[in-house]
Amino acid sequence: MTPNLNLWLIPVLPLAGAAINGFFGKKSSRTAVTTIALVFCGAAFAWASVAAARFWPGDVPYQEFLAHWIRSGTFSADFAFYLDRLSLIMMLVVTGVGFLIHIYSVGYMWDDPSYYRFFCYLNLFMFFMLTLVLANNYLVMFIGWEGVGLASYLLIGFWFTKDSAAAAGKKAFIVNRIGDFGFLIGLFLLIQHFGTLNFGQVFDSVTKLPPGASTETLLTTIGILLMVGACGKSAQIPLYVWLPDAMEGPTPVSALIHAATMVTAGVYMVSRSHLIFERAPIALTVVAIIGTITAFFAATIGIAQTDIKKVLAYSTVSQLGYMFMACGVGAFSAGIFHLMTHAFFKGLLFLGAGSVIHAVGGEQDMRKMGGLRSYIPWTTLTMGIATLAIAGIPPFAGFWSKDEILYKAYQANWIYWAIGVFTAFLTSFYMFRLLFMTFAGDYRGTKVDEHGHASHTHGHAEHGHGEPHESPWVMLGPLVVLAFLSTVGGFVGLGNRFDHFLGPVFGSEFGARIAEGSSANELLLMAVSVLFALAGAVIAYILYVSKPYLPGNIAESLGGFYRAVFNKYYVDELYAKVFVNPLVKGSTRILWQGLDRKVIDNTVNDAAYGAREVSDEVRHMQSGNLRSYAGWIAAGAAVLIAYMVWQGVGR
Amino acid sequence: MVPLSYYLVLSAILFACGVTGFLIKRNIITIFMSIELMLNGVNLSFVAFAAQWHALSGQVFVFFVMVVAAAEAAVGLAIIIAIYRARETLNVDQLNLLKL
Repeated sequence: MTPNLNLWLIPVLPLAGAAINGFFGKKSSRTAVTTIALVFCGAAFAWASVAAARFWPGDVPYQEFLAHWIRSGTFSADFAFYLDRLSLIMMLVVTGVGFLIHIYSVGYMWDDPSYYRFFCYLNLFMFFMLTLVLANNYLVMFIGWEGVGLASYLLIGFWFTKDSAAAAGKKAFIVNRIGDFGFLIGLFLLIQHFGTLNFGQVFDSVTKLPPGASTETLLTTIGILLMVGACGKSAQIPLYVWLPDAMEGPTPVSALIHAATMVTAGVYMVSRSHLIFERAPIALTVVAIIGTITAFFAATIGIAQTDIKKVLAYSTVSQLGYMFMACGVGAFSAGIFHLMTHAFFKGLLFLGAGSVIHAVGGEQDMRKMGGLRSYIPWTTLTMGIATLAIAGIPPFAGFWSKDEILYKAYQANWIYWAIGVFTAFLTSFYMFRLLFMTFAGDYRGTKVDEHGHASHTHGHAEHGHGEPHESPWVMLGPLVVLAFLSTVGGFVGLGNRFDHFLGPVFGSEFGARIAEGSSANELLLMAVSVLFALAGAVIAYILYVSKPYLPGNIAESLGGFYRAVFNKYYVDELYAKVFVNPLVKGSTRILWQGLDRKVIDNTVNDAAYGAREVSDEVRHMQSGNLRSYAGWIAAGAAVLIAYMVWQGVGR
Repeated sequence: MVPLSYYLVLSAILFACGVTGFLIKRNIITIFMSIELMLNGVNLSFVAFAAQWHALSGQVFVFFVMVVAAAEAAVGLAIIIAIYRARETLNVDQLNLLKL
């Protein structure tokens, strides 16, 4: 019997923080807001750790019932939490990385006039994300799923007075709606066929379904619909377009929501539903193909971006593609492994990028950076570690998880592996390009002389920006911790330990098959991917450090192709033309001008107009002449009585 | 024994007188008296039927009508006095403030 873990505390603590800051933050001091936000978020992390320790070893899932929610006929959904090794990892990653990013945000957002609002949203996000992760049925998961979407929308549009930020928030919200639509229909199908949304009951029924074509069709449909939802949330083709735009939000938000946690919700959901996917090979193939294509496609876009955060955004899309590739070949634990290491190094990269942006006074264009290593050594060091990690250079974290994915992809189909390795090469290239453009060479930005920099200790808004300067320790601390995790985080996967750890969740079927692979083969594949990663790094070095004139020449010689990549293959323009404009025009002409104005408005107006016309005539009866009223009454009574006499009423 | 129809005809005549008075008179007090006339016309038919069918409910009803009429007279006369104080006329054709 497991002890009572009081899991409900973990999401509720950040919610309390959000409520306090949301209601009282405006009038409290920054210190008070900071204390509330950090204490509640930290308490969630602490309690998550305590729960994890008490839950250990955790091979038996733990359930916690809170309250009945919906009871309708035989269908019921409860507020209940579920903890197994999968949600344990997610919970710790979310609270841990989330807490670090909270600390970092104190430094990054200190000068913002809406400081309290930022932390209110951030805590709110933590609440919804933890609800999503700890849910024991799809409905509670869906609350969290929509809630993180809301928090994401609020935080992308945090600087809502800027048009582009408001538009980006809307874009994220609307694109996510498309995905959620698929998710929701998948859930309806689950209710229709299994009568429940409880994870345990659904998966029980799924495993008990008789084999056959109808079962497979049903599960494939559900699987693909769930994948549509995951595509929206986790920014996969064709719904990835919102994530790069989401970089309009404050950088800590990009780190927390659009790199480390929320965007991985799709991977988590697919992994959680692995029993459905394992019985639907076509859906699984769809997942793998979408993941592979997205990984490659986004990586190519990342090469040509000049905005430091956009590079990281496309890199996130690409890495999420890897995770889906892993899920698609049935290596769910490898996907979750990469999810975890990715949370470390991508969180670190974004925070580092934030530190860089902070250092150069809000500039995000890498062409105006360069040579920053001497100004901001700590950021340089930690960003360097993160780059090594994401590029897949051993022994950093990204190497182990990416290698695991590539190895398992190879066992499923060598094409996945080939594209994956080439993507790893691209990843390494664009990440080192980012690193070299930002930190190597000479500073290309404008230097304003250092007037008054010391007196205004904070805030690039007020002081005319001087020399690039290192961030305060409240920002560097989380960087260092994440750098440490990015360095050693991969070792948990040594000797398939991570795989075995998640064994009770994902079952042995796929694990057993994978264990058979020969180690010589594995080493060979490992060497190839490392070589590709190193090649990417070397080419980036040649192009951006030793021969910086080359990239321009190459771009010129590629001409149209380069422009296409630089403009993200014109996907946004294509979507605008194919989906957005017809919708806007249709809504304007048919729904607004046609239906709303002509049908609905006119009906209402005509009804009012008609009533006035009729009243205008009828009001003449109201003569004010008492005797005429009496006359009408007498006449009416006479008519009534005559009618009654004639009909013989009462006889 | 006077036949029932005599009473009913007298009752109808009284009621018709009341209606006519109500319609053609302009003075509120006369109108008011016409209303009383109508009520009494109805009362007469009530008691006539009560006597004919030996049913007391008709007589009881007449008492109710008279009580209500008395109350109405009290309220109505008070209103008439108030109107006269305000407008210095009792001509209903001039009391048409509510007309459009």
